[in-house]
Amino acid sequence: MSFLSNFISGLSLGSIYALIALGYTMVYGIAKMLNFAHGDVIMVGAFTVIVVVNSLGLPGVVGILASVLICVLMGVTIERIAYKPLRSSPPLSVLITAIGVSYFLQSLALLIFGSTQKSFPKVFTVAPVHLGELTIKGESIETLAVTTVIMVGLTLFINKTKMGKAMRAVSEDREAAELMGISVNRTITVTFAIGSALAAVAGLFFGATYGFIGPYSGAMPGIKAFVAAVFGGIGSIPGAMLGGILLGIIENLAKAYISTELSDAIVFGVLVLVLLVKPTGLLGKKINEKV
Amino acid sequence: MKKLMALFLAAAMMLSMTACGGSEPAASQGGEETEKVLFIGGTGPLTGDYATYGTSVKQGAELAAEEINANGGFADGWTVLARVEDDQADGAQAVQAYATLFDDGMDVTLGGTTSGACIAITEEAVKDNMLLLTPSGSQLECTQYDNCFRVCFEDSAQGLYAANFIKDNAVAEKVAIIYDKSNDYSNGLRKSFVETAAENGLEIVADEAFTNQSNTDFSVQLQAVKESGADLLFLPIYAQEAAYIITQADKAGLDVTFFGCDGLDGILEKIGSDNLPLAEGVMLLTPFAADSETEPTKSFTANYKAKYGSTPDQFAADAYDAVYAIVAAFEKAGVTPEDENFNQAMIDAMLEIEVVGTTGTMRWDASGEPDKNATAVVIVDGVYVSYDNVK
Repeated sequence: MSFLSNFISGLSLGSIYALIALGYTMVYGIAKMLNFAHGDVIMVGAFTVIVVVNSLGLPGVVGILASVLICVLMGVTIERIAYKPLRSSPPLSVLITAIGVSYFLQSLALLIFGSTQKSFPKVFTVAPVHLGELTIKGESIETLAVTTVIMVGLTLFINKTKMGKAMRAVSEDREAAELMGISVNRTITVTFAIGSALAAVAGLFFGATYGFIGPYSGAMPGIKAFVAAVFGGIGSIPGAMLGGILLGIIENLAKAYISTELSDAIVFGVLVLVLLVKPTGLLGKKINEKV
Repeated sequence: MKKLMALFLAAAMMLSMTACGGSEPAASQGGEETEKVLFIGGTGPLTGDYATYGTSVKQGAELAAEEINANGGFADGWTVLARVEDDQADGAQAVQAYATLFDDGMDVTLGGTTSGACIAITEEAVKDNMLLLTPSGSQLECTQYDNCFRVCFEDSAQGLYAANFIKDNAVAEKVAIIYDKSNDYSNGLRKSFVETAAENGLEIVADEAFTNQSNTDFSVQLQAVKESGADLLFLPIYAQEAAYIITQADKAGLDVTFFGCDGLDGILEKIGSDNLPLAEGVMLLTPFAADSETEPTKSFTANYKAKYGSTPDQFAADAYDAVYAIVAAFEKAGVTPEDENFNQAMIDAMLEIEVVGTTGTMRWDASGEPDKNATAVVIVDGVYVSYDNVK
């Protein structure tokens, strides 16, 4: 029973990682950059909900919509201001800029909200499900359900729509795509918008599951999600989903059956092993349609 | 300009009034001890993130001094002056503040409010062989020298008292622990708790850890606690992590009594107004319960509320007791600050006095630790209530 319970909470944690990892992997696939500020977008998203629902007293749905909207606007703005001018610079400059943006967002939140963690409002409450001895948290069910829908939707979007086709084209060969009349800048903007929206959703579930949000709440999930993206094969969308979910499950089972203190070391150890055997990550090469 | 002058004059008047209880003007500043004023100086964070702790200590100490002086002082016309300077919980600033107080003629020191600052001051006070009685420096090293004493419990002592309290009052039979392996305070408490439990027969059914890198997701630890069938969860940790645990335990359908020590103080603010009902029934080990009906706690709480408009916390009570203890030691020693052996006589007197304070009846031994009873408070309707009053 405890195995099943730990497995399900791992699955739910993994779904949050997967949502964040999708943003990492899409941006990497298309813009060929590591957006290290991505983890902090989930913190901004969660804080938006807190402000809208707790401070302004508006209903939860408005909070969710506002959170997605603010994150999309912020993601696109960050791309415009910080990353676009560096498009032809060496990758290292872009990487350092991304780290700078990450610190900027954290410090900004620290200035506005202070160092005390804020409790996350109960935006959507689903009663826990009891199956005999087993209790499944309502948040786990929501997270799993919504993540599944988002993943199916995203896969369809990438494979069936014109914009998705453009994304795949840009990811395969930017110059050739441009010659074919695809606006690379617009494609990258849309990618950032989608990635940030997913991060906002991840922020919602993170807040709902764990209850509190502080200025540094996004940092650790961000790093874990990056690991998940590399684990699954960076640039691959199914890889990010698989990597995120596996990472969450491995982390929770390692905590439960090996050691709570060593769980992170075990997670990163597994990553090293996978990369030794398969340097491109789990699904890095098989999938041709790199986004 | 006139306004400024008036302000300045008013400030000077206020200062002289607090300095000598309004009787004689212009005294006690500078090293001249011609007036019969016992100068007690301490430091604490009055600004910054930990400002609540220092402010409570300052208010508690000042209230004690005011009461003593209003009752006609002590030992043949002596009055007491309590002054707490800002150290922002920083060791270097605490040492600076100590030096300032020393230059102003401080006779006895309260040391620092927070452990780190207090330890820094012990290094200075030992050179002067000045009596140091810290209200709230709980780390072991705060009393590392012979001249250092404390009012609060030492960290590991809390684990011992907690285990004994749970056993003696039959609060629970099966106990689970979740502690922070990356934190000294938490390790110390957990270690002494486990050792005491082994001695007094309290059954520990789960012992789970986390670290400061993994302090948001407690699903696995809570699952283990649930499986273990524990009826009490001991949390020797700080309020923020406890807030995570208490809210997640509710979602996981875990029904246990939560029991913490002084680190859990502040849980009501951390858990947030949304989750306030979840904090109901949480128990904290503390030597001080503001709602106690016994003296001197009852009058202390009433006077503190009247003067500052808030309910006193543990820190204010500790500082209040510290001032009374120092006065008791002074009376016992029968010396004045002019005497050459004043410092040593005060330190020796600390070992002989018994003080009935707001945090219990205290005696001190050479290690500097207070010998007193611990009690617990329970959160009922969003406020701390003595365990005895709930039962």
